Amino acid sequence: MEHVIKHTEFQDIYEIRLSGSGGQGLIFVGTVLAEAIGIYDGKNVTQTQSYGPEARGGASRSDIVVSRSEIYYPKTTKLDLLLALTQEACDQYCLALKEDGILIIDSSLVTQLPLREVLGFPFTQIAKEKLKTPIVANIIALGTIGALTKIVSKKALIEAVKKRAPKGTEELNLKALELGFGLPRKRRNRRSREKK
Amino acid sequence: MEQMTKITYRYLRTKKKFPSVWCSGCGIGIVFGTLIRAIDNLKLGKDQIALVSGIGCSSRMPVYADFNTLHTTHGRALAFATGVKMAKPELSVIVITGDGDGLAIGGNHFIHTARRNIDITTILLNNNTYAMTGGQYSPCTPFEKYGTTAPFGNVERPFDPCDLAKGSGAVFVARGTTYHVIQLQKLIEKAIVKKGFSLVEVVCHCPVIYGRLNREGSAVEMMKWQRKHAVSIESAQRMSPEKLKDKFLTGVLWDIEFPEYCEEYEKVIARAQGRS
Amino acid sequence: MEEKVKEKKEILLQGNVACAQGALAAGLNFFAGYPITPSTEIAEYLAKNLPKYGGKFIQMEDEIASISAVIGASLAGAKAMTATSGPGFSLMQENIGYAYIAEVPCVIVDVQRGGPSTGLPTKVSQSDTMQARWGTHGDYHSITLAVSSVKECFELIIRAFNLSEKYRTPVILLMDEVIGHMREKVTLPQPEEIKVFNRWKPTVPPEWYQHFEINPHFISPMASFGEGYRFNVTGLTHDPLGFPTAKAQEIKDKLDKLRNKIEHNINDIVQVKEEFMEDATSAIFAYGSAARSARQAIRIARQKRIKVGLIQPTTVWPFPDVYMEHMSDKLELILVVELNQGQLVNEVLRTNCGRARIRRLNRYDGELITPDEIFKRLREVR
Repeated sequence: MEHVIKHTEFQDIYEIRLSGSGGQGLIFVGTVLAEAIGIYDGKNVTQTQSYGPEARGGASRSDIVVSRSEIYYPKTTKLDLLLALTQEACDQYCLALKEDGILIIDSSLVTQLPLREVLGFPFTQIAKEKLKTPIVANIIALGTIGALTKIVSKKALIEAVKKRAPKGTEELNLKALELGFGLPRKRRNRRSREKK
Repeated sequence: MEQMTKITYRYLRTKKKFPSVWCSGCGIGIVFGTLIRAIDNLKLGKDQIALVSGIGCSSRMPVYADFNTLHTTHGRALAFATGVKMAKPELSVIVITGDGDGLAIGGNHFIHTARRNIDITTILLNNNTYAMTGGQYSPCTPFEKYGTTAPFGNVERPFDPCDLAKGSGAVFVARGTTYHVIQLQKLIEKAIVKKGFSLVEVVCHCPVIYGRLNREGSAVEMMKWQRKHAVSIESAQRMSPEKLKDKFLTGVLWDIEFPEYCEEYEKVIARAQGRS
Repeated sequence: MEEKVKEKKEILLQGNVACAQGALAAGLNFFAGYPITPSTEIAEYLAKNLPKYGGKFIQMEDEIASISAVIGASLAGAKAMTATSGPGFSLMQENIGYAYIAEVPCVIVDVQRGGPSTGLPTKVSQSDTMQARWGTHGDYHSITLAVSSVKECFELIIRAFNLSEKYRTPVILLMDEVIGHMREKVTLPQPEEIKVFNRWKPTVPPEWYQHFEINPHFISPMASFGEGYRFNVTGLTHDPLGFPTAKAQEIKDKLDKLRNKIEHNINDIVQVKEEFMEDATSAIFAYGSAARSARQAIRIARQKRIKVGLIQPTTVWPFPDVYMEHMSDKLELILVVELNQGQLVNEVLRTNCGRARIRRLNRYDGELITPDEIFKRLREVR
């Protein structure tokens, strides 16, 4: 018997990187996103992380690989989606994106933009203004990812946030998620107004 | 005397081939006999005692005694004993160590076991040298005394094991000698009964290794030196600093109360299980 | 208890947490450790969850103290383990040797990071493979398992405990930064599906008991402290009663026993996972996280009709000598992929008595080797 592997058996891979600096909760949102995709949406998923020796301040990133078939290599190679919450992360990782990959940045922290299409949202500023704390900027960004891509369902994200959010912060985090979901729509509205 | 020998004999491992590894005139045998009489006097069963030691002359003691005995690696007796005590808190865990084993290579475990206040009785036989390896200077070799690795005199300051234990959080600290055996037995009994980390430092003569290197004479002469220089803490209160100058204190030097580690950990279990 | 898996369902689990959960399932009731990246989550999980099951967790002053406390607890009857990474594993070596000679069951988890020395605390490596075999001094025989997935963390820690209890020996579980920190979707076995082995207890009265009895199985029943047997344990080479010996015959008997209890049971201890080996003419030999990349590389190759399979030893020590001798005779090529400068490749070369060409691929820059690198190398050496 000869084992022949079909192309489709292992190459429907979608790669996501959530990047920024230590303390922005990237490993946490990575876990939430992986939980949503893997458990509530039922796809295969791996989540790995990379960070400096220091817990805070250094570069930090969380990589998620999604596939309908089993995932062997758990790291990313060419990104389909990059979230960059700091200038440093944006500079460092935007070249890892596929040509048609999606780049989402926190426009309140990333000001020097690469020469490609960028979707910018002021996550940190919105978190401070609307929810009175910058710490949920990561969850707002997660909501935005949910709205902009088909990689994860809104229902799954809500369930995963409920499960993974630290006790007592569920409501705050769900509000942040909802806020994030609404951002792309607002942006489109604003754009269409500008056109007029 | 015959009575004392009979008691000791009851606790020896008869299958073990004697004589012991200790030199003739060594003080460790005196401490061994004293420890056995203390255990016998407290009416503790043989199964209830775990005797744990590291490496060195004094650490050879457990193998001769008919208890649960554990002869570990150099310096680590207290860490092994911590595991034994936590797994079976009902055991009376006694650690036998020396000045090199307990305070040099095992110094870190010594201060942390004291700090944790786990119910372990430590008997530290201080003979001021590494005797098993032939007389190198130890953390308790007095200033300007000799060791084979301090051929021109020791230029390091020695530890005071009792002060170190006290500073690290021990709840019971005492010092005895191989000369004052009745007092030593009482101190060991008190240390075993005490809940928490207790230390008994025994000023122990080593005539063959340390004594020869430092021309301190025979075992008898070294014990005479102990008699002359040991002052009980009670008598010391009535003595002038001048008179205490070249003396060392014996007796119970420190005795306080503090929650014991294993008992505190039972509370952790209760909290984790939602019982409190 | 939220962490206890009650029903069979898919969960997203981190490798380190899976390791800790597996240990609990195996009956762990004592853990001593010291914080070190990338193994710390194991200690943190057990600090929280071990007391829920009535077990005990202690953070010791260093790794030397941690392994010491683990051995002490095991002698007093506990199922005990510690978890660490390279620098801590180095510190533990003397007392791991103690556990070998004193035949104390215990499990040591090494979540490998780059070295030598402090090296790369947050980056992956497989460079402790030889240390797991030869880390401490003297003649001894190591049982070492290596995991390549979150599920294997759970399964193989249980196996590590079972082997340790069965053969009265320390067992080392090699993980690495990628497996320890990664989260993946797993379905864990139900409690009733898990086989747990507990050490043989003596059936003789105390006066007949020999803690290191030499019998045809080479495995002595083991009493615990406080059970009335009052035995002696020492790191000095000892006779069957546990008393230090200088007699040539007793010394040889002791060292033979340490070897024979492993060698006579090699078929029970050694396990190798295979994939696509039925028709393979060449194989990739990989273990730990490198085996994941190898699995992907093999699929790329198979797509191009290259007849390659995977040999993944989940037991790295004792090395699967007989199996590899057979494979080296059957195959044309074995490509050994490791995240170090070449450690197990030397064992593959040692056991190569056939016609296979042995080639190597090594990556040691702190990154996980990619499937493409492996495929490229495979094409190069074919």
